Amino acid sequence: MAASGRIRRFFRTEQGIGMLLVSPTALYALLLLAVPLIAIFVISFWTQTGVRDFDTAFTLANYKEALTDPLYRQLMLRSLMVSGLVTLITVVLAFPIAYFVSFGVKPEHKSLWIFLITIPFWTSYLIRVFLWKVILGYNGVLNSGLQAVGIIEEPLSFILYNVNAVIITLAHAYAPFAILPIFVALEKIDRSLLEASRDLGESRTMTFLRVTLPLAAPGVVAAVLIVFIPTIGDYVTPRLVGGPGGLMIANMIQTQFLRLNNAPLGATLAVLAMLIVAVIAIAFLILGNRAAGGKKGARK
Amino acid sequence: MADMTADKPLISLQNVNKHYGDYHALRGINLDIRQGEFFSLLGPSGCGKTTLLRTIAGFEDYDTGSVMISDRDMRGVPANKRPTNMVFQSYAIFPHLSVIENVAFGLRKASMSKSEKMRAAEAALEMVGLKGYGHRAAHALSGGQRQRVALARALVLKPKVLLLDEPLSALDRKMREQMQVELIKLQREVGITFILVTHDQEEALVMSDRIAVMFEGEIAQCDDPEVLYRKPNSKRVADFIGVMNFLPATVRKEGETYLAEIAGLGETEITEAQCPGGVPVGEATVGFRPETLTLLYEGQSATHREAPAVVDEVVYYGDMTYYDVRFEGVEKPVRISMRNIFGRDVLGVGTQVRVSWSPGALVVFDQSA
Amino acid sequence: MKSLKTYAILYLIFLYAPIFLLPLFAFNSSTIIAFPLESFTTEWFTELLTLSEMHGALLNSLKIAVTSAVLATTLGIFAAMAVSRYSFPGQKGIMGFIMLPLVLPEIIVAVSLLIVILRMGLDTGAWSVIAGHTLICTPFAIAILQSAFAALDPSLEEAAYDLGETPASTFRLVTLPLVMPGIISALLISFTISMDEFIIAFFLTGAEPTLPVYLFSMLRFPKLLPAVMALGTILVVLSILLITIAEFFRRRGAKRTGNDTGGFL
Repeated sequence: MAASGRIRRFFRTEQGIGMLLVSPTALYALLLLAVPLIAIFVISFWTQTGVRDFDTAFTLANYKEALTDPLYRQLMLRSLMVSGLVTLITVVLAFPIAYFVSFGVKPEHKSLWIFLITIPFWTSYLIRVFLWKVILGYNGVLNSGLQAVGIIEEPLSFILYNVNAVIITLAHAYAPFAILPIFVALEKIDRSLLEASRDLGESRTMTFLRVTLPLAAPGVVAAVLIVFIPTIGDYVTPRLVGGPGGLMIANMIQTQFLRLNNAPLGATLAVLAMLIVAVIAIAFLILGNRAAGGKKGARK
Repeated sequence: MADMTADKPLISLQNVNKHYGDYHALRGINLDIRQGEFFSLLGPSGCGKTTLLRTIAGFEDYDTGSVMISDRDMRGVPANKRPTNMVFQSYAIFPHLSVIENVAFGLRKASMSKSEKMRAAEAALEMVGLKGYGHRAAHALSGGQRQRVALARALVLKPKVLLLDEPLSALDRKMREQMQVELIKLQREVGITFILVTHDQEEALVMSDRIAVMFEGEIAQCDDPEVLYRKPNSKRVADFIGVMNFLPATVRKEGETYLAEIAGLGETEITEAQCPGGVPVGEATVGFRPETLTLLYEGQSATHREAPAVVDEVVYYGDMTYYDVRFEGVEKPVRISMRNIFGRDVLGVGTQVRVSWSPGALVVFDQSA
Repeated sequence: MKSLKTYAILYLIFLYAPIFLLPLFAFNSSTIIAFPLESFTTEWFTELLTLSEMHGALLNSLKIAVTSAVLATTLGIFAAMAVSRYSFPGQKGIMGFIMLPLVLPEIIVAVSLLIVILRMGLDTGAWSVIAGHTLICTPFAIAILQSAFAALDPSLEEAAYDLGETPASTFRLVTLPLVMPGIISALLISFTISMDEFIIAFFLTGAEPTLPVYLFSMLRFPKLLPAVMALGTILVVLSILLITIAEFFRRRGAKRTGNDTGGFL
């Protein structure tokens, strides 16, 4: 009785109401995200015996296979490389845009620019990727266009069905993801800080390097993570424009699950991919924090 | 019998305590507020005045003690069931409703016809000087207009108590002074008890019948403005309300009289009435307001006592001049306010002057108070 | 700034290039998707009308998108209210987890859900796609609704309560009308995401494909590509339209409550 009274009182406090309110959403995420993620982890230690049947005895065989088979290793390394390159390209290309919108656009036009930048993101991903196939193809827009103008004689073949095409397409798809966090970080910078730096005798360039860039660092870190993490698991782009040489780990996961009917190995590959991404992301965050941490201390 | 009910307070708080975790926000608050009073809770930010107001409104729970309104215990009575209405600091004008819809908001469940509700709302708008503004969009109003709408919206419900949480702090100075006068008039007109929270001592002095000065969750003094100003019961209250000069003194008793030896001013007799905390025999502090001192010009003589001093700083305010002067043997300067009279020169820094002071204007505090 | 502006405009062209190509080929009479263009035709749009399988997929998608949008927005309202009004223990962790699908590769969400469904002996179908889409749309809904709730002055609700309303009628008369633009915006965004989502639908759709899954299967037949372009044009135009309406509502809400934080996310 006393305990139930205490519980009832708790749900009348600030904390209790908050917990109560968030619980449906949290419960949903628990059941449809946490449980499945745990399940996939557990199954990665099992063996498939039939269409829906598993040998639930604990085994590390899947991990052994995933880590030793050169095919999987190659796919994993390629995924990491593609993700890394895409991240580098998108963030480097995005920074000037974010900077321009934050510093070079009138305040009343800022949300229009951001809106224009985000629109393509909201259109069908599948169609956008397919269009890159149309653009980059042997008889594609780029080749037929360049031939029509007379710049090239023969169609360029190095731009479709390989890693290059995957990188170009992904860099295009994730552009707004990189711009938004950097823009938000730049918007937060108190403009008088920049004036103070100029007033204290720094040039425009040095002000950018000593004030703007360090203060934008959290946005850049967020941009890197928000591009890097999802791209590593991308399925559609490598499938449509990658050709056999441009396939990535997600394609293999799909193959294991839906074609080869080897869910445990697919699960193992998924777990490994997440683990690698998590390790890289955490390492990056720690590095980023350390870099930003020193500066924060100096700001105080 | 009739007299007894008239004397009974409308709001009575007894030993109200509130904690936020480890923080003791209200410490043993005892307070009686009478029907029809314009009452102010005054104090620096974080002193608990808003918490106290919200406790009366029903937005905050309290740990111990009791809050009574019209003889009814308010424990467990939520804000929507209390005979109080509030004017919020941000005014909280519903942005999706028109002015008249805002004012009539609280009448939704009232047992009157739609046209009666509209008439009541119109009347309330007229009362606050916004006749004909009913169909304007709420977000198109100026700060002062929003405040009037908030007032009309609360008053239309004819509450027993109107609670005002720093209602003038968002207005510019001119508007604030105008609204102070209007609020006083309005309060007299409707006869409802107003409780005002403010950190502005001048505002509290101008508007209130009585003021409770709060520090750190406690009521330091509760009196009418004149008493608060003339007879603050502690150095802290004295310092918070207006400007008060303090000089060290030694008090001794000689027969039935008390004598105070004041640094720079000399010895004078004091009465028990001048000592709000009892006569502090021994080490003491005397306080006096800047306007109780006068600089004597050539040929003028003191009405009571006089002491020599040197002008240390001059601050010219147009109608007034503030002089900081140093009495002989006293390090700390003392502020004197002088009305500027046409044809009389403002004295320069370093001028030797005579200062007239009156022993009756002194307040004597315990050293520690 | 001038060279930056040129760069920004070029960048926008790069962003929009694929989308601008869509209608060019959708109205081009050639069956091969390449330059030079031949003549104008609406043939491919009429062809869409004959693809009865596509109509089934469209209906299926609409059903899934509407349901997911409503569920995600409802879950979003709970979470957004909780974080914008109250602080509770473990808030950061709980919210971080709820927002995780924002960065988690969709294939992970898809296969992990698939495995649980199969292990439970259930069959996939529209319901499982809805479950997955609700999961990935909820973070977007929360992001939009959170700023709608945060922009709401809490003293407005206190004022309604002080004027005699109950907590329930306060929500109905004050809170709901003021966050309604945010709710509409969240519904539209969630709907758009669900309509366009491919991976989760691909894994969890069962016998009845969604529109993107059907469209993916069309890509294997070169003969159908012009029709894909036509369908793509319609989908992109619809998405842009819905997003523009969503942005309109979001801005109206921001204007009402008096602070525009600008842009989604």
